[in-house]
Amino acid sequence: MKTRSVWTIARKDLMEVQQNSMAWKPAIIVPFVFFVLIPVVILVLPGIPFFQKPTFSSNVSIEQIRSVLPAEILSLIAGKTDAQIFPFIFLGYLFAPMFLIMPLMLSSIVAAESFAGERERKTLEGLLYSPASDMELFLGKVLAALIPALLVSWSSFVVYTVIINTLGYPLMGEVWFPLNSWWPLIFWITPAIAVLGISVTVLVSSRVNTFMEAYQSGAGLVVLVLGLVVGQATGIIYLNVPVGMLVGLVFWLIDAVLIWFCLKSFKRSQLIGKL
Amino acid sequence: MNNIIEVNGLVKEFASKRAINDLSFTVNPGEVFGLLGPNGAGKTTTIRVLNGLLPVTSGEVRIFGENPITTGEMVRSRVGVLTETPALYERLSAHENLLFSGRLAGILETELEQRISEIMKFFDLEDRVKDKCAGFSKGMKQRMALARALLHRPELLYLDEPTSSLDPESAQQVKDLIDKISHEDGQTVFLCTHNLVEAQRLCDRVAVINHGELLALGSMEELAKSLFPGVWVEIEFLHQLTDNMVVSIKDLPGVQQLRPEGSVLHIQVADNAVTSDIVLRLSSINARIMRVTPREVTLEEVYFALQNHQSGAL
Repeated sequence: MKTRSVWTIARKDLMEVQQNSMAWKPAIIVPFVFFVLIPVVILVLPGIPFFQKPTFSSNVSIEQIRSVLPAEILSLIAGKTDAQIFPFIFLGYLFAPMFLIMPLMLSSIVAAESFAGERERKTLEGLLYSPASDMELFLGKVLAALIPALLVSWSSFVVYTVIINTLGYPLMGEVWFPLNSWWPLIFWITPAIAVLGISVTVLVSSRVNTFMEAYQSGAGLVVLVLGLVVGQATGIIYLNVPVGMLVGLVFWLIDAVLIWFCLKSFKRSQLIGKL
Repeated sequence: MNNIIEVNGLVKEFASKRAINDLSFTVNPGEVFGLLGPNGAGKTTTIRVLNGLLPVTSGEVRIFGENPITTGEMVRSRVGVLTETPALYERLSAHENLLFSGRLAGILETELEQRISEIMKFFDLEDRVKDKCAGFSKGMKQRMALARALLHRPELLYLDEPTSSLDPESAQQVKDLIDKISHEDGQTVFLCTHNLVEAQRLCDRVAVINHGELLALGSMEELAKSLFPGVWVEIEFLHQLTDNMVVSIKDLPGVQQLRPEGSVLHIQVADNAVTSDIVLRLSSINARIMRVTPREVTLEEVYFALQNHQSGAL
């Protein structure tokens, strides 16, 4: 296998994505809303007198929230004031699975652009006539989707950490984030979810004709992430370190099966037949 | 040197259709070989099989003596392909397109920039090297695609309908370039086309196919001789033809057919020597000859004769 060919394909796909604002705009907007705007709102607004009106601050009962929290979190919030508990629970606990939307969305967008988009723009045939092997073509395209998904996700995590700890320091009086449960989420489940987004989009891309169709079909996976969000909010599941590692393992196993199907379907003779 | 392409009894079937049926031909080094046929005849499928993109159903294909299915990467690294649509990355610049193709083709980084400059100059695109391909005219895109196909100095160049979507001026430019690289630079070219004028101008030998079947194979002279034996001569007179003129030459040895048409007489003769006998006989009866022109059979006539023959056979 020629690594130069793999990187050449990945670099070309990334350059093409860069030129498609429909593909990269969500990569800026979503992290900004989720990991800058929301923490700022939660940490800064309660300090402004207007937002301290009872109607704004007492909508959610801390006791209601406590009732669904796992013991591990309850022990972490023991001794904290009500004002400290809400951002702690929301930003440190409930918000965690939402983080997975980003690698899923970004990997699906770039994979759709890379696989289905190439066919839509009628450039696939030329690529198939290149000396690159089927495996090199596949890996190049997977890397093109995986790299930005991971880089943006991990960068967002760093930014989120900095914002929470700096803006939240006056309220919390300590550097408290990230909680231990975030480590498997970021470095184990996030790559697995990104690969899941890619593999599903690759499989869908072989059956549809346009970038948008491929992206929309792949985006259905968001339901999985929402399931984790709801599960954690209702106390059904808690993504602590062991559970996070287990959930990640399940995703990686699903990935392995899907990648096997992708490799089976990503053959020149099959791709050229669909042009 | 051995043949660059050897195809023997090639059959390619898709689920419900036989796209290529028992196709056999060879292509020699330095030759411009034309594969002619109407749309849907199997030309593009043939190129795909020759490049290892599609497996054969039966028969044998050798490119540079290798099987393109099992050694596809090696075979494709030695060929260049111009597909029916230019297939350029339009969001990228001409330079970025060529960098991408050059790296995939294995050109060393130290040589790549120099080679890109050379090829852009050759195709008269050096002023547009940093421009995005989306802004190029159709003719420029086709030249750019041809530049990309030749970037890594392939030993064999496949051209699939290279001028089909171009206006006459752009088509002429592309044909001139193909003529230059094939006949001046000795490039082996495999040209798929339904443009018979283009094929007649560019090709050393042609294979005519329809419905995936080979109808004829050979040089223009060979095909013309097999389909139109003898030589056609046109004699134009300063006056209308008379019965006496026709009668006086129809029994001459070597005269095979006569077709009077106004002041022009079309005569099929066994060989060119017969023509002088005809001229002498006509002069002796005071016919006033304006011109005598041996008429070459065009590829168009050969092609339609073959297609009509196949239709009649079906």
